[in-house]
Amino acid sequence: MATVELRFSALPEHVRTARLVAAAVARRAGVDEAVLDEVRLAVGEACTRAVGLHQIGGISAPVKVLLIEEEKQFSIEVGDEAPHAVAGGGASGGGPGDADGEADEDEMGLAVISGLVDDVEVSAGEHGGLIKMTWPTTPPPTILV
Amino acid sequence: MDLSLSTETMGDRTIVRVGGEIDVYTAPKLREQLVELVNDGSFHLVVDMEGVDFLDSTGLGVLVGGLKRVRAHEGSLRLVCNQERILKIFRITGLTKVFPIHTSVEEAVAATD
Repeated sequence: MATVELRFSALPEHVRTARLVAAAVARRAGVDEAVLDEVRLAVGEACTRAVGLHQIGGISAPVKVLLIEEEKQFSIEVGDEAPHAVAGGGASGGGPGDADGEADEDEMGLAVISGLVDDVEVSAGEHGGLIKMTWPTTPPPTILV
Repeated sequence: MDLSLSTETMGDRTIVRVGGEIDVYTAPKLREQLVELVNDGSFHLVVDMEGVDFLDSTGLGVLVGGLKRVRAHEGSLRLVCNQERILKIFRITGLTKVFPIHTSVEEAVAATD
């Protein structure tokens, strides 16, 4: 199981909470202080994107965030339940019929994530999408004998 | 931390001082402010971001939207920002080429190009 698991209604006001929780857990896990701003921004972008997808798709399910502390690394998974067109599916209706640039903002969010995080995987299927981001951690200082 | 907004006029420029966090929740307030200013005839805007603690792509989208609006009236939108963590977001999205970014309000107000 994830170290910390967070589920929140797909509402913009909860994205800040996800950012704060993610940064706090990342700090505790040993992610470098200098990188915490990037963690905060990247998780915010991923959650913003998920909230947007749920709202556009009228999905009442919560957005799910897993914060996973592992040996030498810390991962964040942000999952949405929006059905994504499978590769090659092209014009399969139900896509975001945005008016003025919502798709652009979605793309910009992904651009920010990929610009910030070296280790990022984006996957999507008909049951939802997942953004997994991983950062290295430094173990707490040990006393040298 | 919510978003704080205040405006001030300096000659033909309108300074919009922004404080707090600009994200998916608060960005609509900034959008409303910029739209209102343009609707009221302020086409030369300086957005002072020195008090901003956090900015994400939603905020960038609002600033780009503001730029589009003022340009439609041959206006300008300049930013004031010295914070590396905020500047980094403009850099990785390539928006440093789109927005004139100044180190002080005075410099932005004096800029004419």
